[in-house]
Amino acid sequence: MKRLKAIGAFWYDFVIGDDWRVAAVVVAALALTALLVHAAGVNAWWLLPVCVFGALGWSLRRATAGPKP
Amino acid sequence: MNSLPLILTVFVACAVEATEALTIVLASGLTREWRSTFQGMAVALVVLAIVVAAVGPALTLVPLGALRLVVGALLAIFGVQWLRKAILRATGHKSLHDEASAYLREVAAAKAAAVTSRRGVNDWYAFTLSFKGVLLEGLEVVFIVITFGDNQRNLGAAVIGAAAAVVAITVTGIAVRAPLARLPENAMKFAVGIMLTSFGVFWGAEGAGVSWPGNDASLLGLVPVVALVSLGYTALLRQAARPTAPAVHPSQEEVASS
Repeated sequence: MKRLKAIGAFWYDFVIGDDWRVAAVVVAALALTALLVHAAGVNAWWLLPVCVFGALGWSLRRATAGPKP
Repeated sequence: MNSLPLILTVFVACAVEATEALTIVLASGLTREWRSTFQGMAVALVVLAIVVAAVGPALTLVPLGALRLVVGALLAIFGVQWLRKAILRATGHKSLHDEASAYLREVAAAKAAAVTSRRGVNDWYAFTLSFKGVLLEGLEVVFIVITFGDNQRNLGAAVIGAAAAVVAITVTGIAVRAPLARLPENAMKFAVGIMLTSFGVFWGAEGAGVSWPGNDASLLGLVPVVALVSLGYTALLRQAARPTAPAVHPSQEEVASS
């Protein structure tokens, strides 16, 4: 059980990293892009870059809001 | 797409990982025992080779659209995390990753550990330290090689880039017999973050079904845009940090860490 937890923690850190919100925004943006393309017929190539830049800014803002090391 | 951007991107990304692995291997070999260190390294390389042999060809069977969607998402997440770290380090909000101090920490831990023999290995601590270091950093190399290589349907070029990086860092490490503290690691991470994010956004959106204006050529526009936005965030945070702490430009990291 302990080993399973360690493996899970390793893969979480490997894939998700320091801020899970970034991963959530990327996945949500991709889902919305697919929806716009396939359901609404909108070629939303601009959506993912905008969301990624927003996620980076949001994550940086959150990281710098507290005290420095 | 031309193989050169693929080879260069994989080269720089893998050089960063190889530098971190080298620091651990040197700390283990120089303070404990080279034989056990090499054994740990060799076993880790065999495990990595098995992963590449198993996963690499299997991924070529996955439809390109699905592969690009999943890999694009992973690369974009990876890329933003790398950029986040590099920007925080460059603006003084996070300590710079210093290979020299990382090496000293590993050396202190290695000196304190007891020598025990197990399963035909003289020094189990040196073996596991080297094995874990090479395996964990190597997994990131494998991830980069497989995702970039399979997405471009050019695994050979990605392997060339990775192998060149590992050989270059290993030869340099053997020559200086010290951690590569003078490598501008943060600047390299910044550059890799830009490339991972750009490729991730490009492939992810393509996998979701969009057609990029100009097709593959749009990557040539996407890379500078990602770079500009990242530099913009760096400038903003540096400006905000100015009254309290001196900021470090990504390219000045080697000066700061020396």
